[in-house]
Amino acid sequence: MADKTNKEKQFSRRDFLKTTGVATGGIIGGSMLGGLVGFRLDSPTEEADTGQQSAEQGAEGGGNSGSYNPGRMFFHNDTTFDTISQAMERIYPEDDMGPGAIALGAPFFLDMQLAGEYGNNTREYMQGPFYEGEATQGYQSRLIRSELFRLGIERLDTEANEMFDDDFRNLDGGQMDEILTRFQEGEADMGVPAATAKPQDFFRLLRSATIEGVYADPLYRGNHNMEGWKMKNFPGHQHAYIQEIDTDSFTEIEPQPLFGGNH
Amino acid sequence: MATELDKVDVVTIGVGWTGGIIAAEAAKAGLSVVGLERGRERGTEDYQNIHDEYKYAIRYELMQDVSKETLTFRNNREQRALPMRQLGSFLLGENLGGAGTHWNGQTWRFLPYDFEIRSMTEERYGSEKLREDEGYRLQDWGITYDELEPYFDQFEKTAGISGEDNPMAGERSDAYPTPPMIKTRTLQMFEEASTNLGYSPIMMPSANLSEQYENPDGESIAACQYCAFCERFGCEYGAKSSPEVTVIPTARKTGNYEVRTHANVVEVLKDEDDDSRVTGVRYVDVRTGEEFIQPADVVVLTSYVFNNYKLLRVSDIGQQYDPETEEGTLGRNYCYQIFGGATGYFDEQFNTFMGAGALGMAFDDFNGDNFDHSDLDFLHGGNMAITQTGNRPIATNRTKPDTPSWGSEFKKESIESYTRTLRVQGQCAILPHRDNYLDLDETYNDVYGVPLVKLTFNFTDQDLAVQKYVTEKAGEVMEEMGANDVVLDAASTDYDITPYQSTHNTGGTVMGDDPETSVTNTYLQHWDRDNLFVVGAGSFAHNSGYNPTATVGALAYRCAEGVIRFAEEGGRLEEE
Repeated sequence: MADKTNKEKQFSRRDFLKTTGVATGGIIGGSMLGGLVGFRLDSPTEEADTGQQSAEQGAEGGGNSGSYNPGRMFFHNDTTFDTISQAMERIYPEDDMGPGAIALGAPFFLDMQLAGEYGNNTREYMQGPFYEGEATQGYQSRLIRSELFRLGIERLDTEANEMFDDDFRNLDGGQMDEILTRFQEGEADMGVPAATAKPQDFFRLLRSATIEGVYADPLYRGNHNMEGWKMKNFPGHQHAYIQEIDTDSFTEIEPQPLFGGNH
Repeated sequence: MATELDKVDVVTIGVGWTGGIIAAEAAKAGLSVVGLERGRERGTEDYQNIHDEYKYAIRYELMQDVSKETLTFRNNREQRALPMRQLGSFLLGENLGGAGTHWNGQTWRFLPYDFEIRSMTEERYGSEKLREDEGYRLQDWGITYDELEPYFDQFEKTAGISGEDNPMAGERSDAYPTPPMIKTRTLQMFEEASTNLGYSPIMMPSANLSEQYENPDGESIAACQYCAFCERFGCEYGAKSSPEVTVIPTARKTGNYEVRTHANVVEVLKDEDDDSRVTGVRYVDVRTGEEFIQPADVVVLTSYVFNNYKLLRVSDIGQQYDPETEEGTLGRNYCYQIFGGATGYFDEQFNTFMGAGALGMAFDDFNGDNFDHSDLDFLHGGNMAITQTGNRPIATNRTKPDTPSWGSEFKKESIESYTRTLRVQGQCAILPHRDNYLDLDETYNDVYGVPLVKLTFNFTDQDLAVQKYVTEKAGEVMEEMGANDVVLDAASTDYDITPYQSTHNTGGTVMGDDPETSVTNTYLQHWDRDNLFVVGAGSFAHNSGYNPTATVGALAYRCAEGVIRFAEEGGRLEEE
C-alpha cells in the first residue's frame, strides 16, 4: 500500500506549483494555502509535514495539465502536432470522467514513441517483397509507423478540406468524428495503393497509441500525474498485494509510478 | 570458414525449460553439456523494474526480435504466405529462459485421454467419430498417461507447483509439492457457481508458488507476492518457477555445463559416413557474425516448436510432410488452441488489478472425454477457468458489443468495466487436420539467410464447434455468478494471426511409436538419427484443452532419461 509520506516525493516542484495554481495564477483555496505554506520551495523533493494532503488533492484535481509540455522529438511542426493531438483527444476526450488525451500528455507519448523503436519498427520484420495480404495476415505495408502517421495526418487534412472546407484541427468535434469514422471504416482516401497504406491501419494505430499514451507509466510522458490510472482505479507499480489479495471488498490504493515513487 | 570447437557430450539448441531440464539431468549424470542460446543472459536481477505494462506487455520487450527471424503465414494453400511482421497471436521467447521466463505458470497435466485419443475415441464411439474422411488425423502419442506420470511428478517437484487434486484428471502418484494459492473473492464466486451447476472446480495448479519452496535439486523458489505482473513479465521475486531459478543453476552447479549466449544455430550437421548419426551443429555468433561448429555426441533440439521444425528441415533430416499425398512426417499435426468465454458485467467493484499469473480456479467437466460426445459434432473440449492474473489498463478496456470503440462512451464504459467485469473462459483443444502443417517458405529469409518457416493453419469445423459449445457453458457459469449482463465471445471464423490468443503452438515434430506418423520415438529420439533428440510442444500429436508447459516439462524429463541412457549404451531406445 502506498505510504503517503514517501509518496510525496514523486511530485516535482514544478508539478506542485502548477497543481496548487501558483505557476498559472489560479485561485488558491483555503486547504491549498496550507499546503503551500508547508511546502519548502527550496527543497522540493523533501516533503513537509503539513503539506502532504493538500498537494495530494491538488494532483488529483487534474484539468490543469493542458500546459504540460515536456518538449518534442518527432513532431517538429506545430500544426502537425496540433492535428494529431486533436485526433487523439477525439479518441479519448476530456469529459466528466476526467482529463482527455491532451491533458494527459498522450500526444507527447506518441511523439517520443515515433522518434524511437516504435516509430521505426526496429524489432519487426520489414523485409520485402510486400503484398497487400489478407486481413488475417496482419500488417503488410512497407511503411514504418512514423511514415504511416505522417501520411495519415496529411490525409486527415485532405479529408477535412474536402468535406468541410477547413483543416482538421479547426473543425468541431462532431465533424472530426465523422472524418475519423471514415478512416476507421476504410472509406477515407490515403492517396496511395492499399498495399502501401489503408485508412483503417492508420486509425487502428491512432486508437491504440492514444490508449497507450493515456495509461502507460508516466515514464513515457503520457498519463500525466497518473490521472489516467486514477480514473480507472489502477494502482500502477505496487510491489505486492499479498496483504490485500484475500480481502472481499474493493480496495482503493494510491497509484505509484515505476520510477520516483515509493521504493 | 567456420571455427571447429572441442567436442562435448551433449549440445542443446535453446536454453529454456526443455534445454534447462536436459542440461540439469545430463550434467548431474556427469556428461559435459553446452547450451547454445541465441539471446542473452538474464535472470531475476534483470526483472527489478518489470512493472511496466507498456514496455513488456505491449511492446514485447522479453520476446523474440522478429526483425531477425519470424515465420510466414497463410490460412490455406491457395493463399500467398506472408511474413508475420509483428508479434500478435503468440509470443515467441528469446534470451535465457526462453518463454519459460514470461509464462503465467498455469501448470496442467494433459489428460489420460489425450495420450490415447485415437484408441479411446474409437473404442467409445466407433471409428466414424474420428472423421478421417473430413481430414482429421487423430493419433495416439505412443505413450500413456501412466507411463508419463513419473515425469509429470518430477517436473512438478522441480518447479514446486502449488495445487490440489483434480477429480476430473489422471491419477497422481503424489500430492502437489506446495498447497494451492489464495482463493480470492472472484474465485470463490466461480467456485460457488460451478458447484451449483454440478461441476468440480479446483484451484489451478500454479508455478507462482503459494509458499517458499526448496526443490529436490536444492534450488530455492520464493513465495508469490501477488504483484499482478506475470505473463509477458519476468518475476522480480524469483517466485515464479522458471528455468533461470531452477534447472539452469542446477546444471551450472555441476561444473559440467556451459551456456553460450548470442549463439544462433543454423544447421544440424549430419554424419557424412553414417546416416544414423549427426555430428554437431553450426552456429553464428550473432554479435560478431563468426561461424562455429560445435561437435557433440548427442544433439538435442530444445528451442520452440517452429525452430525445432526449422532446424530439421534446413538440415534435411527426415521427410517433409506433403498435404496432398500425406507422405512425410516433418511438419505434420500442427495444432493450436481456440478460446470461448463470457464476460460478466457487475455493479460491484473487484480487485481485478491484483493477482498472479496462475491465480485461478477451473473445472474439467467439459475437457477431454470427460463428457459424452455421442450426440455432439466435435471431440475433446476445454478447461473452463476464471483467472485473476491482474488486469492492466492499456490492455483491459472491455465494452459491450454495441458500444463504440472510441470517444466518450468508450471511455466511460471501459473505465467503469475495468473493475466491474469478470471473465470465464474455456481453453479448447485443436485436433490435427490434414491441411494444417509447417513447411519452409520459398520467398522470405531470416537475417542469417535461412528460409523462414511457413505456417498453413485455419480453424476447422471441429474447432469452431467446440468453441461454440464451451462459450455457451461459460455463459451459464457467468449467469450463475450473478452478473447483470453476460456477453458471450463472438464466434471465430478464419484464424487471424494478429490478436493475441495463446503461445500454445504444438506439433510439427510429433512423437509416436510409428515412424510413418511421427518424427521421434517416445524418448524423443529421432527415428533416422540415433543421437539426435527433439523435444517440446512440437512433440505433441495434438493440442489439449490445457496450457502445455507441464506436459512439455514431463517430456523433457523423459527425453533427459533417454539422452543419458543413449550416452551410456547407444542404440535405439524404443527397443526394449
